[in-house]
Amino acid sequence: MSPSLLEVRELSIGFAAARGVVSAVERLSFDIAPGETLALVGESGCGKTVTGLSLMGLLPSARIGGSARLAGQEVLGLTPRQRRKHRGAPIAMVFQDPLTSLNPVMTIGAQLVEAIRADRPVSRREAADYALHLLERVRIPAPRQRLGEYPHRLSGGMRQRVVIALALAQRPALLIADEPTTALDVTIQAQILQLLLELKNENGMALLLITHDLAVVSETADRVLVMRHGQAVEEQPVIPFFEAPRHPYSRGLIAARPQPRPRFGPRPRLPELVDSGEFAG
Amino acid sequence: MLKAIPGDLVDVIAGEGGAASPEYMDMLRAQFGLDRPDWAQFLAYVRQLGHFDLGYSFRHNMPISQLILDRLPATLLLIGAAVALAVGLGLLLGALAARFRGGLVDQAVSVFAAVVFATPVFWIGLMAIVLFAVQLRWFPLGGMTQIGGPPGVLGAVGDIAYHLVLPASTLSLAYLALYARVTRAAMGEVYDLDYVRTARAKGISEARIAIRHVLRNALLPVVTLSGLQLGSVLGGAVVVETVFSWPGMGRLAFEAVSDRDINLLLSLFLCNSLLVIVMSLVIDLLYGVLDPRVELAS
Repeated sequence: MSPSLLEVRELSIGFAAARGVVSAVERLSFDIAPGETLALVGESGCGKTVTGLSLMGLLPSARIGGSARLAGQEVLGLTPRQRRKHRGAPIAMVFQDPLTSLNPVMTIGAQLVEAIRADRPVSRREAADYALHLLERVRIPAPRQRLGEYPHRLSGGMRQRVVIALALAQRPALLIADEPTTALDVTIQAQILQLLLELKNENGMALLLITHDLAVVSETADRVLVMRHGQAVEEQPVIPFFEAPRHPYSRGLIAARPQPRPRFGPRPRLPELVDSGEFAG
Repeated sequence: MLKAIPGDLVDVIAGEGGAASPEYMDMLRAQFGLDRPDWAQFLAYVRQLGHFDLGYSFRHNMPISQLILDRLPATLLLIGAAVALAVGLGLLLGALAARFRGGLVDQAVSVFAAVVFATPVFWIGLMAIVLFAVQLRWFPLGGMTQIGGPPGVLGAVGDIAYHLVLPASTLSLAYLALYARVTRAAMGEVYDLDYVRTARAKGISEARIAIRHVLRNALLPVVTLSGLQLGSVLGGAVVVETVFSWPGMGRLAFEAVSDRDINLLLSLFLCNSLLVIVMSLVIDLLYGVLDPRVELAS
């Protein structure tokens, strides 16, 4: 494997609760190589999103342990100011719900310009030109006109393109995409995934794809990391993962997908598979 | 309601005159139209309104429209200054409290807002007079101008502004507290929204997030509230104008009540209603400016 872009070691994340600390992620370790796509999969509440947010430094109230090095530089122990300077440039994030991820009272252009100018000192004019360039790159129709429009005028798919353009504004080496297609319908999902892959190849970015959708994983990921209850249960390249999942929980996840040719009788549900003796290994 | 209070304008005038025969009083009542039944008096008043005539104040011996026009600028000035102060400082304090939520500033603002909001306006006014006018002698006791004040237009403006400080701050305090609390609550909600996280992910400064993303979106509920509150600012003006002898419509209303000058009082109510309607319209138009999702049909 080529040298890692991101090295996460023994990452633990906990939240202070009424009684003690609730642990969201425990001793998670993984690597991402430059230009690679790692899919982080698991059920709701298994710690996928929290892992992404912690890398962005967007969990101010959490207790975070372990280390995460991006190109050799620690990103977890930074002060807020250092973190801000670091955030945009090396890591950016695309959020789950494009409908609520944009500020309703700022134009698309203003939000893009803000992201561009947060990163480097350029004039408004240059930033506006670059914003237009970004919208072109995420293949939004009539990009010049969109710059002056407010988010409510755009459809969900277009808004997600804008959110992706925002993430690209600071030329990240690693893009974290947190369920980027969950809020979109199926045809738009395919377009957005296609776009993410194209952009990844154009820029040589690495992609950390957080999802629970195994169909998305099989189409896009190079490697798969399965999480359950805040812990990694399996890590494999994508083809062996689907052909021969090692961990029973992974087998359960794969079996829980809808089948193109359904077997007779109800499809096994995840808890049943997990609770049966099979999961003991 | 005023009719339920014993006595009428003639009693007041007669009482002030010291000696008045019942015949003289009857003559005055007939002259003022007070001898007719209440419904007839009211009908006559409404008929006048139909001709855009507010009637005549026998107490002041002036047409009411002129009386009100004389007092209107003073009241508008007082209310305008008080609202501007309340909105400006209220937003600032509320924003600071929301930005440093749970911190010392937040607690100080909350306590200040609770205390001020619970304190009666007239008491604050009286205490302000005692402290700043009587003890410290920083500001005048009351009134709007000083007799024989500084010459020139600039001098007059300065003189009025100087007299305005205490009444305007007194009137604004309660609203300031309210705006601070609403701003803090509205901003607290906006801080939890997804697009604030998007803004954070951009790596822009917390101050910029607070102002451009959070406060900007929290303005809408604050504007809505201030629209609802405008009517009560006029009510507060009655008290403040009376305490500070500010020559505005509020004090005129107070005098009209004690003088049983019904025509004048009805006309003042009418004017206040018109003012509230105009201000509500302005607020509605403001929505169109503040929220791009609200589009005014052309």
